Amino acid sequence: MKKHSFGSKLFLGLVLLVLYLPIVVVVVYSFNDNSTRIPLAFTGWTTRWYGELLDGKGGYGPALLLSLRVALWSVLLSVIVGSLGAVGMTRSALGFRGKPGRFERFMEAFSILPIMIPEIVLGLAFMVIFNALGVRDNVARLVLAHTTFCIPYVFLSVKSRLVGMDQSLFDAARDLGAAPPRVLWDITLPLCRPAIVSGAFLALAMSMDDFVISFFVYGAGEGTLPLKIYSSVKVGVSPRVNALCSLMIAAVFLAVAVQRYGQAVRKAREKKAAAN
Amino acid sequence: MNRKDKRFALLLKLPLYLWTVLFVLAAMGYVIALSLQGRGELIGVSGQWTLDNYARLREPQYFQVLVNSLRLAALTTLFCALIGYPFGYLMARLKPASRSIVTMLLVVPFWTNSLIRIYGWRILLIGNGPINTLLMNLGWIQQPLKLLNTEGAVFLGMVYALVPFMILPSSTAVEKLDDSVVEAARDLGASPLHAFFTVTVPLTLSGLMAGCVLVFIPSTGLFFLNDLLGGSKTMLAGNLIQSLMKSRDLPMASALSVLMLAVTGAVIALYRRAGGDADGLGLF
Repeated sequence: MKKHSFGSKLFLGLVLLVLYLPIVVVVVYSFNDNSTRIPLAFTGWTTRWYGELLDGKGGYGPALLLSLRVALWSVLLSVIVGSLGAVGMTRSALGFRGKPGRFERFMEAFSILPIMIPEIVLGLAFMVIFNALGVRDNVARLVLAHTTFCIPYVFLSVKSRLVGMDQSLFDAARDLGAAPPRVLWDITLPLCRPAIVSGAFLALAMSMDDFVISFFVYGAGEGTLPLKIYSSVKVGVSPRVNALCSLMIAAVFLAVAVQRYGQAVRKAREKKAAAN
Repeated sequence: MNRKDKRFALLLKLPLYLWTVLFVLAAMGYVIALSLQGRGELIGVSGQWTLDNYARLREPQYFQVLVNSLRLAALTTLFCALIGYPFGYLMARLKPASRSIVTMLLVVPFWTNSLIRIYGWRILLIGNGPINTLLMNLGWIQQPLKLLNTEGAVFLGMVYALVPFMILPSSTAVEKLDDSVVEAARDLGASPLHAFFTVTVPLTLSGLMAGCVLVFIPSTGLFFLNDLLGGSKTMLAGNLIQSLMKSRDLPMASALSVLMLAVTGAVIALYRRAGGDADGLGLF
């Protein structure tokens, strides 16, 4: 590691500062006492907006619940479809031999396509296909769409973990007489658990964050949290949205901190185990 | 692999296959089919096959939008590379402890809803927002500058939203780089700058290229960014598709989408040809 010059540290710091500028502004303005919609003068500190938010004013509660409901279903479905598919396509993970055929490679390329193409194209495609298939229910539309773009995250995460694994583990299980379903359940899936979990978290974040695709897929009504936020901020600046956004940012910080802490604890434990 | 094994593997793959056929292949195929239809009164399409929609893309109202979008996407990619690559480079060479802090600081905004971050810029740039107030208090300007609802604001928002996609693959590529090759170049008399441009940059080009693809592709479709920061004054491809759908011109919206798909495909093909692999595009 080279020592960094003052200039390079300044550059890193400046970019990070700009990265956080809008986030800090949203948090600061969530405590602004000025209630007019467009003028933005900072007139004093208040926690009024948080109180109003918790009282259910603005109707963000149902939007949050819808977002959570859609995200949980999508994560569940994409974890099942994506991780089983990844295991099935990596035949070594079951103690099988052989190379993927042309059809399989074709299907693999198309199953991860949803994260490669612009969201707006995907949104349009989902909208027309759901209309053609007669899927009218908004929750079903959202879940189907979100699952489709969540699958690649789980699939890629599990697949990249499997590819790096020692095949002799699975061969040994087969040699000792385990049938493929048993290998899957007792060996492959437990070994994939970290990859499945990280894929699931990524999928959760992507589903909660999605605006563009939900915008096209969702019919009439208030919609998911990002849709609701969009319609509130399109016209101006809304203090309640500032409070809501601050809470969401805090949740992300907390989640990242917990994850980092967990990682550090696990590493320390592994080190201890290795030392013993 | 015997037949029973094969059947079990197929059983595992089956849900993914079905899902992909139904919601990726069929959906894309349907959009392509729609783009070849005339506009109809009753259900939105006429039932007659035609290439008219693609011919209409040359009309100035559509063509100008496409040119604007591609120009903005290219400029965004360029600026993200100018900021993101050096950042990724410097970040990869930090001490492990500071690097893990910087990585965390990068990841948090990345996980924060992009709408919120763009909305933060909206507050910053608004007529009597913090930036204008600060500049006026400093006495640098007398009148508030018009910052919001300009093309510059859209450009700023794009670079802001997408620069992490350039930083992460660049920094991964630099981390993988073997330091001894750079040292060798230095020992043989190359100046630091010379070694950087002739050794480091070519050897980490894969990360830079992956970053460019990851920035370019989404930048053509972020229509909400244009709505929130640009006041939708200049239309971009994303806004055009959205407004065509509002006016129920599905065939034309589909034709534009197919064109965007083609551009995306071309970018990925170019990336592959230049030696990049698909795994490089996976961020995690």
